[in-house]
Amino acid sequence: MTTPQELASHGTKAQFSTRRSAFADRAFGGLSAGAASLILVTLAAVATFLLIEAWPAMTSSAAALDEKVGWLGTEANETLIATIGYLVFGTVLISAIALTIAAPLSFGIALFISHYAPRRLAAGLGYLIDLLAAIPSVVYGLWGAIVVVPVLQPFYQWLGSTLGWIPLFAPDPSTGEVSATGRVALSAGIVLAIMIIPIITAVTREVFLQTPVLHEEAALAMGATRWEMIRMAVIPFGRPGMIGATMLGLGRALGETMAVYMILSPGLSYLPSLLQAGQHNTIAAYIALQFPEANGAGVSALVAMGLALFVITLLVNMLARWVVSRRAEFSGAN
Amino acid sequence: MAKRIDVNNLNVYYSNFLAVEDVSLAIEPNSVTALIGPSGCGKSTFLRTLNRMHEVIPGARVEGEVLMDGANLYDSSVDPVAVRRHVGMVFQRPNPFPTMSIAENVVAGVKLNNRRMSKADTEELVESSLRGSNLWDEVKDRLDKPGSSLSGGQQQRLCIARAIAIKPDVVLMDEPCSALDPISTLAIEDLIQELKANYTIVIVTHNMQQAARVSEKTAFFNIAGTGKPGKLIEMNDTTTIFSAPSERATEDYISGRFG
Repeated sequence: MTTPQELASHGTKAQFSTRRSAFADRAFGGLSAGAASLILVTLAAVATFLLIEAWPAMTSSAAALDEKVGWLGTEANETLIATIGYLVFGTVLISAIALTIAAPLSFGIALFISHYAPRRLAAGLGYLIDLLAAIPSVVYGLWGAIVVVPVLQPFYQWLGSTLGWIPLFAPDPSTGEVSATGRVALSAGIVLAIMIIPIITAVTREVFLQTPVLHEEAALAMGATRWEMIRMAVIPFGRPGMIGATMLGLGRALGETMAVYMILSPGLSYLPSLLQAGQHNTIAAYIALQFPEANGAGVSALVAMGLALFVITLLVNMLARWVVSRRAEFSGAN
Repeated sequence: MAKRIDVNNLNVYYSNFLAVEDVSLAIEPNSVTALIGPSGCGKSTFLRTLNRMHEVIPGARVEGEVLMDGANLYDSSVDPVAVRRHVGMVFQRPNPFPTMSIAENVVAGVKLNNRRMSKADTEELVESSLRGSNLWDEVKDRLDKPGSSLSGGQQQRLCIARAIAIKPDVVLMDEPCSALDPISTLAIEDLIQELKANYTIVIVTHNMQQAARVSEKTAFFNIAGTGKPGKLIEMNDTTTIFSAPSERATEDYISGRFG
């Protein structure tokens, strides 16, 4: 126990000794500013690395690259720029499949956990979803290639024969059949969807849980059912978070390498059909495929592809920010 | 149309905890009834049983009955969602939907029942509701701006407009002025006097002057101690409660000896 005298003497000493706290303040300020600028430095370093390493490949002619790099050629569909075009198409296509499947599912799971499930079930379910994120992507790749693909192949056959008139599900025109192996873009997209569900669910769940009770009660008090309350209060409030979560998921889908590499039978084309094998590949999986045996010029060409992926991710993030900021006035932050 | 409310032997529970015990009282149509009492005495809990909003909290339930013009709100055939469409509520802190404009906020409740409202009808309802809450002149030029751009007092009147737009029989107010400055409070109190013509109003307030100013009847709730249930001590004409209460506890509370 401190006596009044001790307190008094401590008080007089502490009262004017601001120097120590000012130093701590400055030190902490400097540390956090340093940590923040480290991000900028890293980003700039990565961008610079990509540009410098990709420069030789980007500036040399198709003929010169053809001589040095075995998997690039001078024909219209084999030059560096054409290959990048196919790969960008494949990357975006497969990521789009993954998002189309994962985003609605994740929002549903998140809403169930935050607003429908009994508390104990919600906690358990949330934990299970988080566990999905802990599975390494190579395991997803194995599971996808060995289990998912054979299971889905008969379904693809049905899809091709009944909905084949839709270009997305068109069978191979020469045989009239969809891929017999099932190692197609749709399989890669489905496994990617499962891989990005945890991140989208986790983020949206947190956002939904933060809906102000005031707004939920306002909706309920005017006679809204639970679903109407969710539409009136929860989803509008969570919209920026839902977009942000989707973009995080998209970021993972765009860059995912291993699972796509193991599931997809690769190829290069602009074919829209998701059910034909050997037609698509993603940038990341293509780099993984070619990198082990690439020479100097080949590495440079691969880095140029990496640069393309970097640009796509950057664009996606900027788009997301723009969408979120468009209705900032109505966000409820003010 | 304003309705009368009769509460008979109402007990309110949160799971097994008895929060409010054995309340019986009668509220006349087109009257303002104030509920006063110290914090935690159950007056807000009781208020929320009048539109079944207390059920939003898991485990909350009641015993007894609440009759609205003779019909029991707790009859097994009654849907709580339907109850809330007839009993409007205004909360302690103004809570317009931040993602909606002023006009959208006003018609939010009506749109639940009647999705296909003509543009003319919608505009008319927005105007009449905002006039009804004395807000029209202040916002008529910026109906498409977000509700959260208004001042606190204006937001609260927007919430009142939203509540009366669904044409309820009863309007419940849970400390509607406790987050507002004196000028805005006065505006709301004036409004309450006008709303009385069309609605039955029940208001919870911590401000005893406010209870004296706006209400005809006052009900005093009290709690014997922590963990004990809140009880209705007495209910009478507001003038009687504030001049000659029949219970000692009421007199102690209104004279400021506790609470």
